[in-house]
Amino acid sequence: MIKIERLVKSFGSQQVLRGLDLEVATGSITVIIGRSGGGKSVLLRHLIGLLRPDGGRVLVNGADVTRLGGRALDEVRRRYGVVFQGGALFDSMTCAANVAFPLRENLRLPAAEVATRVEASLAQVGLEGMGSKYPAEVSGGMRKRVAIARALVTEPEIVFFDEPTTGLDPILVNTIHHLVLNLHRKLRFTAVMVSHEIPEIFEIADAVAMLHDGRIVEVGPPGVIQASPNRVVRQFIRGEPEGAEGA
Amino acid sequence: MTERPLPLVLRPLDAIGRGAIAVVEALGRFGMFLAEALGTLLTPPFKFWAFIDRINYIGYRSLLIILLTGGFTGMVLGLQVYFTLVRFGSEAYLGPAVALSLIRELGPVLAALMVTGRAGSALTAEIGIMRITEQIDALTVMALNPVRYLVAPSILAGLVTFPLMTAIFDTVGIFGGYLVGVELLGLSQGTYFGEMQTFVDLNDIMMGFWKSLSFGVLVTWVCTYKGFHVGHGAEGVAKATTDAVVLSSVLILVWDYFMGTVLP
Ligand SMILES: Nc1ncnc2c1ncn2[C@@H]1O[C@H](COP(=O)(O)OP(=O)(O)OP(=O)(O)O)[C@@H](O)[C@H]1O
Ligand SMILES: [Mg+2]
Repeated sequence: MIKIERLVKSFGSQQVLRGLDLEVATGSITVIIGRSGGGKSVLLRHLIGLLRPDGGRVLVNGADVTRLGGRALDEVRRRYGVVFQGGALFDSMTCAANVAFPLRENLRLPAAEVATRVEASLAQVGLEGMGSKYPAEVSGGMRKRVAIARALVTEPEIVFFDEPTTGLDPILVNTIHHLVLNLHRKLRFTAVMVSHEIPEIFEIADAVAMLHDGRIVEVGPPGVIQASPNRVVRQFIRGEPEGAEGA
Repeated sequence: MTERPLPLVLRPLDAIGRGAIAVVEALGRFGMFLAEALGTLLTPPFKFWAFIDRINYIGYRSLLIILLTGGFTGMVLGLQVYFTLVRFGSEAYLGPAVALSLIRELGPVLAALMVTGRAGSALTAEIGIMRITEQIDALTVMALNPVRYLVAPSILAGLVTFPLMTAIFDTVGIFGGYLVGVELLGLSQGTYFGEMQTFVDLNDIMMGFWKSLSFGVLVTWVCTYKGFHVGHGAEGVAKATTDAVVLSSVLILVWDYFMGTVLP
């Protein structure tokens, strides 16, 4: 279980997180929604230990990752898979080498096993035979799928997705959502996903959390969020322009 | 809890103090960066193929420019030194004059400056782009130390390739001087090389060696550091690249002077 308590973070004079609380149940798919620039990526970066908060803590199975460093933090990270907003593929390596990288470097598997697992994992995301291409040579959607394959190939316990589908066509959005759902059924990881895909994410999420003004203003099962009386949430999921607030 | 504003007269002092602290902090980070890189070299796993790749990147691919600049530097030296020595009737010493300037001074410095321009800038840009596209973060969250993968192999490769590049620069330069002095200006070949053997001793060679060795660390250290701590976006990468080349070049010259005063 991931438990975020009163997380506070500022950049200079800009307060991005203002005492954020959230619980993510083990094995669930929790989707974080919220305005662009609202701090969703900043929140994820705290969960994976890339940013230190000004206050509050993040408990992952009881350990506070905001206070861990060095070996202890790496121990936690070995159980993570992360899909960055831009994919963050190593552009000096082929797609297959990208997926193979964590297997080779972290799990130290023998070359033959790495090869079979990479192939299987690329096939899972519908990219069989594309492994020999470089990230710069494949489309944006393929890059995202390679990034997902790389994050999942080590069979992590917790996977963080930062907008895995933004900028993709509607068919690919659904393809990726189903992919995540299928892999989730198979691998049983805990997923924390940032997404703008409304309403599609309501079909795959176990819980949806709305980030607004540096806090989680509402969290619950998709049905509850969709029927929320909270004005901020309602406005956001209907995509009403800001001016409509006074009504 | 707001701080009371300082009286007007104290504000310049305050600014100076803050500036000084910032400089010391930056120097500390810079030093820690090298310490961490060296630390990863002392603990397994050693990234052998990354190291080989960096030797290719920093050394092998700089070979052409080293050959060209080395050759022409030697030729210019041959020409200028010859016309100076002729005035004293001592053109027989052209060989040692060219060799000593190259081995003690110009070889290490010019080779380092050339490699900085060719490979150092590319190193900063490459690492900077990896930073802004979150590739370095990706390594970090895989529980892999990016310094081990990106920085340490480069610094080690600098340590190996700079002395080699300098040796090549010196050799080609001495033959450049030979071309001008012997083939063009008519000095005898025996004089050119014979006097060189008499006057150049191991101390001179060691001076060039220590210089090139330290430049190898200096350049790769500065260039990887600047890439690692790049600002935002393409502009940040551009600035880091410029900074890396300028800072490396200045430090090469300053350090060269310093080594010149302490080494025999
Ligand atoms: N390293 C940083 N330094 C300074 N400010 C930052 C930094 N990272 C993020 N911010 C600021 O924090 C705010 C939140 O950024 P964040 O990337 O978390 O937004 P987001 O919710 O992920 O948006 P999007 O949906 O567009 O990805 C932004 O205003 C951004 O300018
Ligand atoms: Mg974001």
